[in-house]
Amino acid sequence: MKLSELKKGDRAIIKKIDTDESLKSRLVSFGVARGSELSIEAYSVGNQTVEILVDGTLIGLRRSEAVDIEVEKI
Amino acid sequence: MDAIKIVLAGQPNVGKSMLINAMSGSNSLKVGNFSGVTVEKSELCFEHHCHMFEMVDLPGTYSIRGFSQDEQVAHDYLLNEKYDVIINVLDSTHLQRNLLLTLELLKLNKKMVLALNMADEAKKEGLKIDVKQLEAIIGVPVILVSANTKEGVEELLERIHDIADREHRDNSNIIYSNPVEEEILALSNFFDERDFKLRDLSSREMAIRILFEDKDLYRELHEKPIMIELQPRIVASLEHIYTHHDSKNITDIKASEYIAIARGIRMETVKCERAKGQKTLTKKIDDILLNKVLGIPIFLFFMWALFQLTFELGAVPMDWIDAGFGAFGEIVGSIIPHEGTRSLIVDGIIAGVGAVVMFLPNIIILYIGLALLETTGYMSRVAFMLDGFFHKFGLHGKSFIPLVTGFGCTVPAYMSTRTLKSEKDRLITLFILGFMSCGAKLPVYVLFAGAFFGPEEAGNILFIIYIAGAMLGLVMAKILRIFVFKGEDEPFVMEMPKYRMPSLALIWHTVYSKAMGYLKKAGTFILAASILIWFASAYPKQPLLGAEYETKIEQASGDEVKISTLQNELKLKELEASYLGQLGKVSEPFFAPLGFDWKMAVALETGLAAKEVVVSTLGVLYAVGDDVDEGSASLIRELKANVSFASAMAFIVFVMIYLPCLAASMVFAKEAGGYRYLFYLFIFTTTVAWVLSFITYRILV
Ligand SMILES: Nc1nc2c(ncn2[C@@H]2O[C@H](COP(=O)(O)OP(=O)(O)OP(=O)(O)O)[C@@H](O)[C@H]2O)c(=O)[nH]1
Ligand SMILES: [Mg+2]
Repeated sequence: MKLSELKKGDRAIIKKIDTDESLKSRLVSFGVARGSELSIEAYSVGNQTVEILVDGTLIGLRRSEAVDIEVEKI
Repeated sequence: MDAIKIVLAGQPNVGKSMLINAMSGSNSLKVGNFSGVTVEKSELCFEHHCHMFEMVDLPGTYSIRGFSQDEQVAHDYLLNEKYDVIINVLDSTHLQRNLLLTLELLKLNKKMVLALNMADEAKKEGLKIDVKQLEAIIGVPVILVSANTKEGVEELLERIHDIADREHRDNSNIIYSNPVEEEILALSNFFDERDFKLRDLSSREMAIRILFEDKDLYRELHEKPIMIELQPRIVASLEHIYTHHDSKNITDIKASEYIAIARGIRMETVKCERAKGQKTLTKKIDDILLNKVLGIPIFLFFMWALFQLTFELGAVPMDWIDAGFGAFGEIVGSIIPHEGTRSLIVDGIIAGVGAVVMFLPNIIILYIGLALLETTGYMSRVAFMLDGFFHKFGLHGKSFIPLVTGFGCTVPAYMSTRTLKSEKDRLITLFILGFMSCGAKLPVYVLFAGAFFGPEEAGNILFIIYIAGAMLGLVMAKILRIFVFKGEDEPFVMEMPKYRMPSLALIWHTVYSKAMGYLKKAGTFILAASILIWFASAYPKQPLLGAEYETKIEQASGDEVKISTLQNELKLKELEASYLGQLGKVSEPFFAPLGFDWKMAVALETGLAAKEVVVSTLGVLYAVGDDVDEGSASLIRELKANVSFASAMAFIVFVMIYLPCLAASMVFAKEAGGYRYLFYLFIFTTTVAWVLSFITYRILV
């Protein structure tokens, strides 16, 4: 499923990141890559942005980026 | 002895700037709790135990290959400049992520020290870091420090000094995954057998670079005969790695190898003594502040409270300062016999500078509010909450940071747009930044809000003015996005820092240095401007006019009322005939439809130099022209008596929108990429300001 389909409090493992190289490398340097475990911490109004926790780091993402991240819920 | 040149590199918000402050015992570098505080390199020299240290602070960068303009600065510096030692600053509580950059930095083959900052936080979170083990793996000295408590800082300086003297650095013992290690071994054995050397690279290093497709190395190898034998081996090696990783994208493979290494190192060196799964403080605060329904109302409430305080709390000392300057003016006035000198000092200098200084309390409160926003970690949260909203208006959530900085001063705000990656986002943000009223505009608002609204309302009015400016900025952003800067959307990915309780010292220094800056400006620039304005308002002298009125006054023969009317008339006529008056008259037709008299027009024009000058000009003009018998009425009362409500509101609107000060305009031109843009900005802001002021005036009049 997609990251954007997860609910607040869900935990998941990243399966695939389907974005352009520059965004991908940015995500990697945040520790967001295939195999990373994440949890959903918050959504903003209208689910426009989502806050995820990856290895102790909180990261804000826009919905349009969250759609491109394939995850598996755990 | 030569100075040791040291460059600090690390991910954003790990405390590089604060560490330099701690090492040098100064407070000159700006510190804040969000990514992208430092956007330019800055240098600082200091002496420690008879050694000179030259520190270079770089913007934080998540990886060496820069993403945005500020990160590019770090990249270029690290690769191209000369320096002796790199201090790689890491956040001890986020070691794994920070190590990814360390792994890249190791490739630069420079002398390096790892400073594990935030040792105090790590201790609080129950993390135990095995420094010796980490040293053994990375191969460079590792020191636990805290820029906050200053522990380890002394040791860090000593180690830097040691390492600067040393010739070589130890090898690191970084282990890749098994298949990669096998291939590295195979390739490096091949190099050893052939006795092949390139630059000062070890065989292992060469093998690693080949496997991860280092372009420079390939280019160099290309011309070597060994390439013929090498090529099939590389293909085979890569094939093996591809199968293992189930991917043929070497960038992805490299990323997951690096992450695995970083994770491995962390597991080997960090022990957590605290039970997992506890709700952290940050999480608890986020549950409230990032609440889906309440988050934005809470933010608006904070802003409202800030402006309420700015007015209410600031009003008391403001009155004292105002009264103090008034009394001071009278005393000075009574001891200076010479008419012209007295007017210069009392009506020029004291009125002009006083009009600016009296708003210091308000400015300080505003700055405290902004400092809290910047240092607690709330700023990034608001950017997160507002991104959806901003995005609809064609702005990026990250634009929030320059926009908020703009409430303080527009100059650093323009510079902080460098954290925006997309050029279009950056330009739009630059163009609308002026609509965020800077601290120097605050005096104008406080003055007019104080003069035309009751004290209960004035705070709300301030809030409305600031919010209205921001809203207008959003609308303009949308218009610019649709008609001028069309283009792709930039993704929003942003780190949310931990909430931190800022130390009193940090807030103190942030606010103190800004407040001193404000006073210094009042004592220098504003002082000079006030003198200039006074001269322009007192000259050229009108001997004919004076003589004419003298005879009229004589003819009035003792009729007190008539004499004072005549004297007032004379003052007014003289002022109107002065250089400033002439300038005002020339531009009056332009401003007349907005309901501004020539004094207000002049204040707006001089305000192009600096926004504080708007009030000091009004101060001088109304002091010079004030009624003789009324004594020294305060500026607020003068305005109330001379300016209509509709004109005052239109004036506020105009000040809110028109071109920022000269210093900011220069920075704008530089950041936007040419004076051409400044010209556009001038046209853009003046048009919008005129039209909206006109509407305001027409509605209210
Ligand atoms: N508790 C604690 N906080 C620290 C320490 N060092 C820095 N901080 C805080 O961390 C935040 C970031 O500090 P900065 O010095 O601005 O970080 P930076 O690395 O220069 O950040 P950029 O300029 O954005 O790259 C600030 O809120 C500091 O107060 C430390 O040793 N302990
Ligand atoms: Mg910094």
